[in-house]
Amino acid sequence: MAIILDHINYIYDADTAMAHAALSDINLAIPDGQFIGLIGHTGSGKSTLIQHLNGLVKPTSGNVYYNGKDINDPDFNKKELRAKVGLVFQYPEHQLFETDCFADVCFGPKNLGLDKKEVELRAYEALKMVGLPDEYFYQSPFDLSGGQKRRVAIAGVIAMKPEVLILDEPTAGLDPKGRDEILDLITSLHDKMGITVVLVSHSMEDVANYVERIIVMNKGKVMFDDLPKNVFAHYKELEEVGLAAPQVTYVMQELAAAGIPVTTDATTIEEARTEILKDFNK
Amino acid sequence: MNKKEMISTDNLTFEYIRRDEEGNVEGITTAIDNVSLDVQKGQFIAILGHNGSGKSTLAKHFNALLFPTEGSVWVDGMNTEDDSHLWNIRQEAGMIFQNPDNQIIGQVVEEDVGFGPENMGVPTKEIWERVEESLKAVGMYEFRKKSPNHLSGGQKQRVSIAGVIAMHPKCIIMDEPTAMLDPNGRKDVIRAARALNDVEGITIILITHYMEEVVYADKVFVMDKGHVEMQGTPREIFSQVDKLQELRLGVPQVTLLAHELRKSGLAIPEGILTREELVDELKKIYR
Repeated sequence: MAIILDHINYIYDADTAMAHAALSDINLAIPDGQFIGLIGHTGSGKSTLIQHLNGLVKPTSGNVYYNGKDINDPDFNKKELRAKVGLVFQYPEHQLFETDCFADVCFGPKNLGLDKKEVELRAYEALKMVGLPDEYFYQSPFDLSGGQKRRVAIAGVIAMKPEVLILDEPTAGLDPKGRDEILDLITSLHDKMGITVVLVSHSMEDVANYVERIIVMNKGKVMFDDLPKNVFAHYKELEEVGLAAPQVTYVMQELAAAGIPVTTDATTIEEARTEILKDFNK
Repeated sequence: MNKKEMISTDNLTFEYIRRDEEGNVEGITTAIDNVSLDVQKGQFIAILGHNGSGKSTLAKHFNALLFPTEGSVWVDGMNTEDDSHLWNIRQEAGMIFQNPDNQIIGQVVEEDVGFGPENMGVPTKEIWERVEESLKAVGMYEFRKKSPNHLSGGQKQRVSIAGVIAMHPKCIIMDEPTAMLDPNGRKDVIRAARALNDVEGITIILITHYMEEVVYADKVFVMDKGHVEMQGTPREIFSQVDKLQELRLGVPQVTLLAHELRKSGLAIPEGILTREELVDELKKIYR
């Protein structure tokens, strides 16, 4: 059971002079329970790709399968799909609109047609899950800090009980501690609820610290799709397409170039520390 | 006040009154609490602080968008509360905001950049000269005939900067200019800011959450709860890893790795800022 993208092509303004291929021949499988980082510079096709995953955009050609069923089949229930594949857009707090946090989180499940009790139960669980303190539940979301607003917005998607959670730059604009808190929250959602997570990010350090697989997009194509350490080993190619590896990867490469026998595949501070100490304590 | 000071605040305090839906006063928040600081002409200053620490409120005092509740703010010797200086202050201290889409109004890049000087009553011929030099200064001259809609975030942000430069400011205040950009866009904007500082001698005040962008600043101020909690060179600031983490901030990844290695017993000094420095230190020990 998974999401499978089979030969996806997407062309903006097809059949006009402005035609522009945003995705070309994408083949990907996203198995249940994975924690995936999706990276690529602005305009590489990341956002177009994630909009295919819950049927917001229909491929020009190719098929998207969710649990074995073609989501663009006329008989396919797209509404249900959008509950199962939750998409958290950039700056999701801009979409908050209700008078209090609890009502805002209720909006999604209410639209699924659930009864009032179930809606409220889900909203309560979701707000608990994102760690919003109880005293804020009935306050206006607009009185909260940036990081808390974002938690409420994420709770709105969690309350739909998604099986797959896609987050587009969830840490943009937050301070370093706020970034860590949101990423820790996403990790705990992944671990506790067993949901599949696709994290779109510009921060290689964040991606390296949290995900188990990285997909790199460039010019509408999948450039790399591998374990973080294998992807970041291509740091020179990543630079050519406007990306980079985490800083520690460069440190390890430069140490190796200076003749110190370290392995160069560290992508997190902890890995680098262990590797350097191994060589220096001999 | 001294001629070399671009911006100076003297016991600046800013309070705002919170009201409920009926307009009754709920309480008073002190956003800036008794801040006294000086920025010298030609400096590259960075201001750090977590969300809600008062950075942006402080920055808005630097070009008279907000006025002190108590204390005073001086921009190039002009008190911001003196109405007769208002337009001079806004011309001398330009501001760049986080979202490039909120600050671009022209249909064509060069028109957008010309908007500022046009409003100042600069003669047409000179406007075009200013537009050309400003776009060249940020490396966007080849895009002058394009629609801003077709630019990336980093390019739009550089157009915004050009729009400020065209007003011939002495100082540019950038409030998280890179928060919405990808790594490349970020690099280009920071490079443009550093070049303006180095080449044109424009004073830069950069507010950011990205610790890597702060490494080249002359001086760093760290804000917390409305007051300046720490100030010093980047090396002095980033030597205090634990303190920064308490303030909800971090340090560049290289600095943190050096800090961890030091804690594990390697003889590495505190306050490593770049990977070249770390590699050099490690080479020394390895020998």
